[in-house]
Amino acid sequence: MFEYFYKYGSPRHFYDLSKMFVPWLGGICLILLIAGLTGGLLFAPPDYQQGESFRIIYVHVPSAWMSLFIYVVMASAGAISLVWKVKVADALARASAPLGASFTFLALATGSLWGKPMWGTWWVWDARLTSELILLFLYLGYMALQTAIDDRRTAARAGAILSLVGVVNIPIIHYSVEWWHTLHQGPTITKLDAPSIHPSMLVPLLIMAFAFMFYYAAVVLLRARYEILENERNSAWVYELTEQRKG
Amino acid sequence: MTANSTFAVFLAVLRRDLLIGLRHRSELFNPLVFFFIVVTMFVLALGPYADTLKQVAPAVIWVAALLASTLSLDMLFHSDLDDGSLEQFLLSPHPLIIIVTAKIIAHWLLTAAPLIVAALFLGLMVYLPQSAIVPLLLTLLLGTPVLSLVGAVLGALTVGLRGSGILLTLLILPLYIPVLIFSVATVDNAAKGLAITGELYFLGAMLVLSVTLAPFATASSLRVRFG
Repeated sequence: MFEYFYKYGSPRHFYDLSKMFVPWLGGICLILLIAGLTGGLLFAPPDYQQGESFRIIYVHVPSAWMSLFIYVVMASAGAISLVWKVKVADALARASAPLGASFTFLALATGSLWGKPMWGTWWVWDARLTSELILLFLYLGYMALQTAIDDRRTAARAGAILSLVGVVNIPIIHYSVEWWHTLHQGPTITKLDAPSIHPSMLVPLLIMAFAFMFYYAAVVLLRARYEILENERNSAWVYELTEQRKG
Repeated sequence: MTANSTFAVFLAVLRRDLLIGLRHRSELFNPLVFFFIVVTMFVLALGPYADTLKQVAPAVIWVAALLASTLSLDMLFHSDLDDGSLEQFLLSPHPLIIIVTAKIIAHWLLTAAPLIVAALFLGLMVYLPQSAIVPLLLTLLLGTPVLSLVGAVLGALTVGLRGSGILLTLLILPLYIPVLIFSVATVDNAAKGLAITGELYFLGAMLVLSVTLAPFATASSLRVRFG
């Protein structure tokens, strides 16, 4: 098992292998996006209370989920990088950060657009908005640390420690902010036994969540490929690759 | 390398850092002066009205304490990096965690302990109710060690980088939020005459968690940066 792990964990194999995956992941993402958006924007009934404006959840909720999911991916990649020194994990973590930050920003922006007609204000210092904002700070901090350290190997490992410190802190920050003050509506989907959302609204939302997931997978692989080229720019195989391109 | 010699190393590092700190008096006083100035700025911005100040006093004192502690953290490993003793720590046969723990304790004693004494006077100056003074000191006593411990991890990650001061601040302040929330809530509740044990227990729990994890993380941060 470890043989495969090391073989495909090596930057060169990952570079070749990921090339095959990216178009497939991108294609699946596109299909799911079309299905989810038509389901959500055309077929789902308007909400009895919020009217048509509830439809922003088809972007808002998946981005909020992704913002947390990507942080966990980053921290897991960091742990793998620190323990097993897998170079691909470094590239994945570094490639994930800007994506995570974008999803966090998207969740905040869509939430704010929705908040204006619903709560009558662009921004409230509500627990979940605040912890999402703090998550954005954590992403930006990670990215700032990455750019501040010149040696890419050191930067990756320092980032790994930072993301692990962050992942220990996120639940503490989240609950302390929750406890501090809250206005945001409670989760409507996690109650699996009896979700308080109708299936015709829920199904497009789940499809959208998967679409975002595939988008992330495709783009993170694409970005990680460039990160690997940059990290391995002094190795023989990258040199051969560029020589081939030059013809 | 016995347990005895490891403890001797701990004491030696602690003694060294305290001595260095006490001989650089200005560095010792600067965070303290900064603490006073920030609180004064808040009062100037808010106006000298006892009613307003009474309400925001816990927040003002705690935010000022956070900023003062952040500023001083940049110095934690800086001089050791400059004079090469950091290298000696990394090469030492003794566990790095022990050395780092001694450094954090020394740093806390030099920067946070004076802050707690100063907060006693500042609390009175911003009209904090008498009943809230002791709780304020208690939150500082439980909270500032958490700041030093968590800050040490990030201080180790950023030491010697270009623009490390602002970078450290950027990385550290989000992680200080839980301490800020619970401390201010404690003092607020005390000022209103409500129970404060719950919040104090939370602060205590954070202290235990960071005492357990932060020295390890600090040591491995140093190894990542320089090892």
